[in-house]
Amino acid sequence: MSQIVILGAGIAGHTAARYLHTLLPAEHQIVVVSPNPQWNWVPSNIWVGVGQMSEKEVSFDLAEIYKKTRIDFKQAKGIAIHPEGSSTQSKPYVTIESTLAHTAGQIESIEYDYLINATGPKLNFGATEGLGPDHGHTVSVCTAEHASEANHKLQLIIAALKRGEKKTIVIGTGHGTCTCQGAAFEYIYNVDHVLREAGVRQLARLVWISNEYELGDFGMGGVHIERGGYITNGKTFAESLMVERDIEWIVRAHTKKIEAGKIHYETLDGAFHELDFDFSMLIPPFNGVGLKAYNKADEDITVQVFAASGFMKVDADYTARPYAEWSANDWPKTYQNPSYPNLFAIGIAFAPPHLISKPMQSANGTPINPAPPRTGMPSAAMAIAVAKSICDMINGAEGPTHTASMAKMGAACVASTGAHLLRGSAATMTVYPIVPDYETYPKYGRDLKLTFGEIGLAGHWLKTLLHYTFIYQARLKPGWRFLPD
Amino acid sequence: MTKSINKEPYQQAYYPPTPTGITKYMRSNLIWQLIRFVMINLKMLKLMRKSH
Repeated sequence: MSQIVILGAGIAGHTAARYLHTLLPAEHQIVVVSPNPQWNWVPSNIWVGVGQMSEKEVSFDLAEIYKKTRIDFKQAKGIAIHPEGSSTQSKPYVTIESTLAHTAGQIESIEYDYLINATGPKLNFGATEGLGPDHGHTVSVCTAEHASEANHKLQLIIAALKRGEKKTIVIGTGHGTCTCQGAAFEYIYNVDHVLREAGVRQLARLVWISNEYELGDFGMGGVHIERGGYITNGKTFAESLMVERDIEWIVRAHTKKIEAGKIHYETLDGAFHELDFDFSMLIPPFNGVGLKAYNKADEDITVQVFAASGFMKVDADYTARPYAEWSANDWPKTYQNPSYPNLFAIGIAFAPPHLISKPMQSANGTPINPAPPRTGMPSAAMAIAVAKSICDMINGAEGPTHTASMAKMGAACVASTGAHLLRGSAATMTVYPIVPDYETYPKYGRDLKLTFGEIGLAGHWLKTLLHYTFIYQARLKPGWRFLPD
Repeated sequence: MTKSINKEPYQQAYYPPTPTGITKYMRSNLIWQLIRFVMINLKMLKLMRKSH
């Protein structure tokens, strides 16, 4: 009998749990540890942030779902990994701290045969002074709760606009090293959409601010697509949409500090600027959640297991090299930790070997470049590969048997630009592969037959369909395993 | 907004392409969008097949 512990129950962790539960015989135990009792379909948070969905519509109670299975759910946060056991415990184990109201703060050790780290990111609002909903002056859509709060503040702005007041709304990234520009992209267009529906758009100035070198970078170095007889960079389409919706944009920007109603930012040319705002949603940079690691002698080995960012090292090539020497082969394939073969990290929790976008620094030495995205479809693909590898390893395989390299997989992204059955729209994009492979596709790094983008009402229907499909699947409703991940 | 663009050629909104009326209409035309819905799904399935 083996015990598999999964830290985290987001898209990656919950997908791994679903597959392990299906693939492994009943004698094996699966334990899922998550500090949050709710599973959240994060891509729909932007609709919560504009009041078109409620928190309940994008999340559900995890414990209730796991009760129907043999998965043991613990509401707790991971504290430390002991991959060699300790001076008093022979088996590897992880220490967790309860986040349940009646046992909050209680520490527990759970032994494991295999551990999957799917903890996702720490939303590092502290990286920029004044950033974030808790201690800052901006809102967030990173969690359903944050998005709900964002909507509450947005409705106050809409009420002021209806009174005839003029307002400035700034949406984008809150630091020079942020990822997840896509969520901010969706949010600004959904805000634009609800302002138009409310008949007050002409009174609002909408401004996009981001750390991308050009619009449409999205942390993937942008994309090229075939359209109208040309191979065109996504920047053209991203700028076109901004102009169409009367949105101004600022790129190559590192948000340095936020005061009430004022954003201070630095641009790649080394200049410093200020931007006044009445309402702002800025995505924070992501860090690892702060897990520690200890060896058999109880010595701290965190730097051996985790990168400086707090994300876990896996089978990537972390050798520091200049951009010109980066390769698609640097990216991990099995997500196995190089020191401990029964330790895996998936989703945002694994440490990428380097950026995908070209690294940039301002004239003052400030890094202003997007971090690589690894949410959604890639997270699920990694989770499935790791779950299958663990099953095979339990059955005697010497090492991981399945791979899911971001340099060998594609991703589909449906970015809402306004929610309505007939008047809605979304930008639908696919890229293959996610990490450009310039050895296989020398000019653009990607297969242009599988990389495309378009905008229209069909995209909105698709995004709505995906919302209901993935929540149905995550709730383990009948036939879930026949649905695509 | 568009009325003032030609008098201020260095505004950022002056340079990117903007959709024509027919392009915007087709984005919400129900029949065309139903066809696009099917086509997008087929493209995604092709992408997923290649990814796995």
